[in-house]
Amino acid sequence: MSAIDWITQVLEVVAAVAAAPAFLGWLNQCRAWLQNRRAPSLWLPYRNLRKLFHKEAVIAEGASPLFRIAPYVVFGTMVLAAGIIPSMGTRLPLVGSADAIALVGLFAAARMFMTLAAMDVGTAFGTLGARREMMVGFLAEPALLMVIFVASQISSSTALPVITDHLASGRLGLSPGLAFSAVAFILVLLAENARIPVDNPATHLELTMIHEAMVLEYSARHLALMEWAAQLKLFNYVCIGFALFLPWGVATGHIGPMGLAVAIPALAIKLAVAGAGLALIETLSAKMRVMRIPEFLGTAFLFAVLGLLVHVLLGT
Amino acid sequence: MHRSVHPVVSQFPMLLVGCVALLLGWTVIGLAGLVRPRSVLLTGRLLFPLGALLGLALAVLAGASLLGGGVERLVLPVGLPNLPMHLRLDPLSSIFLVLLGASSFGISLFAGGYFRVGEGTAPGLLCLQYHLFLAAMGLVLIADDAYSFLVAWEVMALSSYFLVTTQHRIPEIRRAGFIYLLMAHVGAICLLLCFGVLQGGSWLFTFHAMRAAHLSLGWATAAFGLALVGFGAKAGLVPLHVWLPEAHPAAPSPVSALMSGVMLKTAVYGMLRVGLDLLGRPVWWWGLAPLILGLLTIVYGVLFAAVQTDMKRLLAYSSVENIGIVFTGIGLTIVFAGSGLHVLAALALLATLYHCLNHAFMKSLLFLGTGSVLHATGERNLGRLGGLIHRMPWVAWLTLIGVLAIAGLPPLNGFVSEWLLLQSFLFTGHLPHAFVNLLIPMGMALVVLGAALAGYVMVKFYGVIFLGQPREASLARAHDCGWLERIGLTWLALGCVALGLFPLQVIRALGAVTHQLIGAVVPQASSHWWLLAPVPGRPVSYEPLVFLTATLAVVLMTVFAVRLTYRQRVRRGPAWDCGAGGLTARMQDTAEGFGQPIRHLFQPFFEIERELPEPTDRAPRYRIAVRERIWRLVYEPIVGAVEGLANTAARLQRGRISVYLLYSFVTLLVLLAVALLK
Amino acid sequence: MSPLPLGQQLLDTCAALLLLLSFAMLSQRRVVALVNLYALQGAVLAAATLLLAWRTGEDHLYVSAALTLVLKVALLPWLLHRLIRRLQVYRDTEPLLNVSGTMLVGLVIVVFAFSLAQPITRLASTATRSAIGIALAVVLLAFLMMITRRKAMSQVVGFLSMENGVLFGAMSASYGMPMVVELGIALDVLVAVLVLGVFFFQIRERFDSLDLHHLESLKEHE
Repeated sequence: MSAIDWITQVLEVVAAVAAAPAFLGWLNQCRAWLQNRRAPSLWLPYRNLRKLFHKEAVIAEGASPLFRIAPYVVFGTMVLAAGIIPSMGTRLPLVGSADAIALVGLFAAARMFMTLAAMDVGTAFGTLGARREMMVGFLAEPALLMVIFVASQISSSTALPVITDHLASGRLGLSPGLAFSAVAFILVLLAENARIPVDNPATHLELTMIHEAMVLEYSARHLALMEWAAQLKLFNYVCIGFALFLPWGVATGHIGPMGLAVAIPALAIKLAVAGAGLALIETLSAKMRVMRIPEFLGTAFLFAVLGLLVHVLLGT
Repeated sequence: MHRSVHPVVSQFPMLLVGCVALLLGWTVIGLAGLVRPRSVLLTGRLLFPLGALLGLALAVLAGASLLGGGVERLVLPVGLPNLPMHLRLDPLSSIFLVLLGASSFGISLFAGGYFRVGEGTAPGLLCLQYHLFLAAMGLVLIADDAYSFLVAWEVMALSSYFLVTTQHRIPEIRRAGFIYLLMAHVGAICLLLCFGVLQGGSWLFTFHAMRAAHLSLGWATAAFGLALVGFGAKAGLVPLHVWLPEAHPAAPSPVSALMSGVMLKTAVYGMLRVGLDLLGRPVWWWGLAPLILGLLTIVYGVLFAAVQTDMKRLLAYSSVENIGIVFTGIGLTIVFAGSGLHVLAALALLATLYHCLNHAFMKSLLFLGTGSVLHATGERNLGRLGGLIHRMPWVAWLTLIGVLAIAGLPPLNGFVSEWLLLQSFLFTGHLPHAFVNLLIPMGMALVVLGAALAGYVMVKFYGVIFLGQPREASLARAHDCGWLERIGLTWLALGCVALGLFPLQVIRALGAVTHQLIGAVVPQASSHWWLLAPVPGRPVSYEPLVFLTATLAVVLMTVFAVRLTYRQRVRRGPAWDCGAGGLTARMQDTAEGFGQPIRHLFQPFFEIERELPEPTDRAPRYRIAVRERIWRLVYEPIVGAVEGLANTAARLQRGRISVYLLYSFVTLLVLLAVALLK
Repeated sequence: MSPLPLGQQLLDTCAALLLLLSFAMLSQRRVVALVNLYALQGAVLAAATLLLAWRTGEDHLYVSAALTLVLKVALLPWLLHRLIRRLQVYRDTEPLLNVSGTMLVGLVIVVFAFSLAQPITRLASTATRSAIGIALAVVLLAFLMMITRRKAMSQVVGFLSMENGVLFGAMSASYGMPMVVELGIALDVLVAVLVLGVFFFQIRERFDSLDLHHLESLKEHE
């Protein structure tokens, strides 16, 4: 491990933490344009975070220490995940510490702490949100794992950098199994990040909300951390998508200044396109009823399983 | 193949003699309880902790034997006239003895603080049953002939039956005990027949003779099938799991912990002993039965766990799920071993054994946690608990570790075994059987679905018991557990953490077992002691320590960054709740509510009986009962058939002496005729 | 695994997309979207035919591709859309089996189709033989869709999708059928849609609905 690897690693994490709010801002801008509205500023998420960090925090009387620890744990896991996902280079020091299964485990840990914190105060909304979040989670998590397994069957490893290396070199055409898992992945991404057909990030209607219901009792810095973690999660998911399906531009091998010079603009362009694409999907679809969500995610799960089957079958 | 590997037989079986002495020690402790059966001080403060220490010593001895990798034999001059008691300590027994000793250390300490007067059976008698149970489990693990194995197996079943029915004055508990005893004996009959087949006509019942016997394929398959049913009934494999959700809630919590954490594992031990050791090289398609049944058990167990409203019943179904994972691992091991893929078989076996160890610690911890809650509140019903994290911080935080571990979250232990199992699924590559190749992705999907649902179940379990507002006023009087209980819980929690953080050391120790059963060890690709990279030639790794350090570092850095920049104070206020106001504990989600999505989604699995209130009801009541369809579909027809048969047989009973004499006379004539024809 | 030539990779991808679209149709409730998916499936089929023609140099496959493009991407969807507008059927009612259940059955069907195709695959000598299983699966999935739907409109789309599967199967097993047969099938399909269109109007006149459930009342009562 040379110094430049470590520098890239730190750079990758810092860039993810810094750029995550901007990505959400960009997504919201695209959505507003598509819907013929005047777009909010790209910097609005940053201003929101700053505002929240300057407020006085109020904690409910019945809250236990778990409630106060959870935002830090959730934020911390998301930052760590940003370090594990090879979004700029594949030879980074941290990526060996966890493979894709551990990454999914990390997301699961964040979800678990978030739902437990939501149940901690004991409000009707909190428990409702926790239950719905787990309902989304228990289908989305296996679907994500199956998506990753298709890629790892192709590259015979569950380590993300190896997968990215393998997919970036050689095969141009999308392999048949991956076509299925790409569809499944987009569905999972929408569900996991509380985007439109599953959850509406813009409302506080009890009939629809999932993520918002869980963080209702948080305020000020705790809320800021939760929101920032959610933005990071979206960013991380998009980066996983790049690593699995669009690995071009990521520096394979030992990264040098030249590699970075390619990787960073490539990442920026991919993010811009992905943001616009997500905005398009959200604009075209309508919010589902809550009981339709399992059907939606079940479809994603089955697509992922099918991807694996097709891969096994066409491979023989 | 691996028969040719001759393990070193040491001169004097020192470790084995030590183990036998410890098992005898447990028996003596148990008998000592009868000296003053009503004294809580004697049993609780002296005998149980002493038993715990013996457990620790047993774990140390067995651990030494495991690391040495040798085999020790001993013949004791007791037992049948021409079948003295054969004992043997090899790596497979050692690893399960470690499991027994290490987890019983925590459980016994906890039990010392737990049992009190007024629990039905007197403490002294309980002490006897408890320690006999421990000693019998130990004997099962070191028995080397069918006779002592079955005797130990029966003592284990009977002592645990008496422990389950500690509160024998309650009819439901007697019923639960009956179901348990019945299933235990159905299993025992299958095992008896299994050993009968295994001796292969030599009429020698030592395991050594069984290994040497040559069975035809048909008989070997029959033996394997009988073992699967016999051990499956003990382990709780669907559809033979029905006793688990009845017996676990009925038993006192330390007993539930012991039964779920350790006794189920003796069945796993038996399955491995018969399937991979006594039967020699397995046929690959034998593995399909445990594989498919295991996958079915995973999904079935976890779905039923998600809809339970009794906390111990929920944990019982979760045990069913975990046994499913273990049997899936056994199935994979056999499929691989039979197909000649030895390294993969070793990997799958590793995952199986690792999960057994993990489950012993995690599930014991959770059962003991529910025990403390039960003692503090007198409630098992999730609908009447809540908010206990404020009243019982020790129990709550230690249980949290168990909850996170069993949900399979890194860097705790549950994740390691699931990771290993998934790796062995993933690297199946191409088996020589096309159909199985198709089955593998489906199996993988079910395993990950089960793991994710386990997370759901655990959030429900923890959130409803320990978080939120107390649902009953009486919960305000709940108190934290005593110091013995705290030590017991801490020991088990530490076990969960250690098994999660140092997987490599554990795997190295398990190498002796895979070498014994498969003839291969999982080689380590790297020389770093913190890097878990089990498949050679495949760049896969997981570093739990680095993982933990990185997580902690990032979290602490966040805390410091926020502390440095944040100037405002933190204020306590009433819960906001969208500004609605008037928040009461009744507005929280109940256990039924939390299970609703699962009930809705997987409706065909459940038999649901629902009572909905009318709009005009003055005092609306909502009641829902979820039953297993399996009772109606499988067990009730069997019960009906048995009753029918019994009624037919009852016609023989006429009550007149001359009819009975006629029966005897006819029997005698028939027998004489048979003798004549011969 | 040695990397396959580019054309082969693209063909495999096309095959996978066909299967994907079949599943998408299986899970789609809205009739308009269903027709669009059908058009897309036709487009993928045309692309696959074109690719195969380019790789094998068989001239008649170019004609077949053009035919597919005209008929299945343009003409039939246009006809169906017009029919939908005139009949005012935009939505299928709840299918007989819920979507997840249908998909699960679909999964089993795929496994079955692949196992069934394995012996054929071994016999065939074409470069595309691995796709035979997929073609069979597309046919069976279309069948499944017809079984689980109530509305006549979605059943017609299922029927048409089935024909796509047959065409693709023929293509991958033996580089397409003889030209005459292919033209004949194309004509058949066209006529079938026209006839069914007339049939729909008659059904609606009679029952005020396109729910095929009403046809049950036509059977003789004992």
